[in-house]
Amino acid sequence: MGNTLTVLVENNPGVLARVAGMFSRRGYNIDSLSVSTTDDPRISRMTIIVQGDEAVLQQVTRQLRKLVDVIKVQDITRDPHVDRELSLIKVTADTTVRGEIMQIVEIFRARIVDVSQDSLIIEVTGDEGKVNAIEEALKPFGIREMVRTGTIALLRGSVTAAEYEED
Amino acid sequence: MLLTGGQILIEALKEQGVDTIFGYPGGTVLPIYDALYDSDITHILTRHEQAAAHAADGYARATGRPGVCLATSGPGATNLVTGLATAMMDSVPMVAFTGQVPTGLLGRDSFQEADITGITMPITKHNFLVRDINDLARTIKEAFHIATTGRPGPVLVDIPRDVSGGKTEYRDPGPVFKRGYQPRMEAKPELVLAAAKAIAAARRPVIYAGGGIVNSGASPELQRLAGLIMAPVATTLMGLGGFPGDHALSVGMLGMHGSKYANYAVYESDLLIAVGVRFDDRVTGKVESFAPDAKVIHIDIDPAEMGKNVRVDIPIAGDVKTVLGQILDVLEARPDPHWDEKVQAWKREYPLDFRKEGMKPQAIIREICDMTEGKSRITTEVGQNQMWTAQYYTFTQPRSFITSGGLGTMGYGFPAAIGVQIGCPDELVFDIAGDGSIQMNIQELATAVNYELPVNVAILNNSFLGMVRQWQELFYERRYSHTELKNPEFVKVAEAYGAEGIKITQNAEIRPALEQAIASSKPVFLDFVIDREENVMPMVPPGEAINKMLG
Ligand SMILES: Cc1ncc(C[n+]2csc(CCOP(=O)(O)OP(=O)(O)O)c2C)c(N)n1
Repeated sequence: MGNTLTVLVENNPGVLARVAGMFSRRGYNIDSLSVSTTDDPRISRMTIIVQGDEAVLQQVTRQLRKLVDVIKVQDITRDPHVDRELSLIKVTADTTVRGEIMQIVEIFRARIVDVSQDSLIIEVTGDEGKVNAIEEALKPFGIREMVRTGTIALLRGSVTAAEYEED
Repeated sequence: MLLTGGQILIEALKEQGVDTIFGYPGGTVLPIYDALYDSDITHILTRHEQAAAHAADGYARATGRPGVCLATSGPGATNLVTGLATAMMDSVPMVAFTGQVPTGLLGRDSFQEADITGITMPITKHNFLVRDINDLARTIKEAFHIATTGRPGPVLVDIPRDVSGGKTEYRDPGPVFKRGYQPRMEAKPELVLAAAKAIAAARRPVIYAGGGIVNSGASPELQRLAGLIMAPVATTLMGLGGFPGDHALSVGMLGMHGSKYANYAVYESDLLIAVGVRFDDRVTGKVESFAPDAKVIHIDIDPAEMGKNVRVDIPIAGDVKTVLGQILDVLEARPDPHWDEKVQAWKREYPLDFRKEGMKPQAIIREICDMTEGKSRITTEVGQNQMWTAQYYTFTQPRSFITSGGLGTMGYGFPAAIGVQIGCPDELVFDIAGDGSIQMNIQELATAVNYELPVNVAILNNSFLGMVRQWQELFYERRYSHTELKNPEFVKVAEAYGAEGIKITQNAEIRPALEQAIASSKPVFLDFVIDREENVMPMVPPGEAINKMLG
């Protein structure tokens, strides 16, 4: 299973290359990485899903903290948190199967965001498991292409990443 | 007052107390060189940018002050790369300035454009590209702060020509604060107590001390701790001099070419006190057999070193000097004299030694040590010359041994010696070199002659890339593939540059030649023609347990 790291970084040019470079140089595997600015424009937030045992995670965390542009790193895998990814899936869908597809869309509380003669684009948000599940369910109809964002995550409750105590 | 970017750089350097820099000019640094023209800063023109980086590095290691180098964009900047990587691996405080093409031309493969911040990202502690002249003063201050605090390291500042050539109002940027960069100095009290308890309980403690001792100035604390608990002190290559080599508790260097008694002590220890070290593979050999019965205390400024290569029982992140002081404050030592007796017995039984007939490099190094009473500053190149120096020169002072440990950079020693001599003008400086390595930066003879630096280079000339030949002998059935060297007459080379050269082919000539070199006010090349196939022994074969030594 992947571990979820939340990383606050200075919004400086090159900061993504520093983080990504550290991972590849030291041979750690990133499953997913997403970056965006935060409410403070000087700070960006990364959510990184990384594979590895406890020793690897400890090293990853410390190597990240060592980067000058990294402000805060937290491993929230074991803390209660909400994580989501978004996926857009283009499925082959002529009129004969549309009803069936719409049922699946409903079950997964996804949405249809584009319709053409013989295809649909479906938008789904959820955790990794849910997105995998709808992908499986739609496969038999023929997925023409799909795109997935990386995972983003927030701790449950009122604590913010900036307030989180580092060990 | 309106100042150019170049002038701001000079002001910022002065504010940092920098009086000497090493550099090489070019198009994109012209505004900086123009500002240097009427400044009080001493600029040493090396003959290659790599040498400027190594000289700044040597200067920093010898003085403890940050070394500064300067190069133009493109090829000038890329020539610094080996020097930066060398300093990074050995945690040397350095600030490198590079010129860059004007901001408007960035990213267009402009003439002499190289993405030097991209290139040096993994080999600097941090780097900056200054796009706005108004950020220049603050960035320089941050660069020095980062280079010299926490775990020291090289920082690069890339300055486009329109930034160094532009003008702005110069203001002191005020105190630097980086929220993502706050090195921890003190250890948590509970860890200090745990360490003190483990030390008191140990029967066979060994101190494994590295470059962190030198960097944090912790030699006095280390000596107190060792004395109190009567623990043998084994140093890494970088730690040599951090504990006096002539101290009764010193067991010299450990690891691949360490002494047998150091490796035996580590192997049999029940507590390993690792201070300012990083468990490099050249030290540990086969990790599972490195101090297999020992509890491990690891003290280092860099939290990322804890548990990186080996399992640690008590990891203590903090400044080595501060943490050792904290431990000494609460320690109740109960040394066991039996352990020291055992270590002393190993020392007598397995001394470092060599066969005395012929021209032996070990004898030459001992002679240099004796004649200078172990008090000169020694740099080395890389290979056998480096290992023999580590084994046979007795270092008693921190910052007296200056060598490329982590990266193992041939060509480091001579330019580093130039930097050392600039930093320590009244001291005797030797580069102990191999005939291969010296040719990697031999052009620096011109720099040494130009600035009248009396550095001495003792070339241990075996007409081989000796260390590689040794591995071919031991592990590749003496198939000497491309390791034999046809060398120039080093004496003539030295003389052509205006330096002195002496060739030494017999033992009786060693001492007089050294006397002549030491007395000379010129740079001197000493060409010692040594036994060609002498090996560095003892040796732990790569990947083997450290108590299984050859030789
Ligand atoms: C820049 C660089 N290239 C290659 C090596 C690999 N290497 C390590 S030791 C060595 C031989 C050094 O020969 P020499 O300088 O003559 O010293 P000796 O071992 O004979 O004392 C080589 C080639 C290196 N360390 N650095």
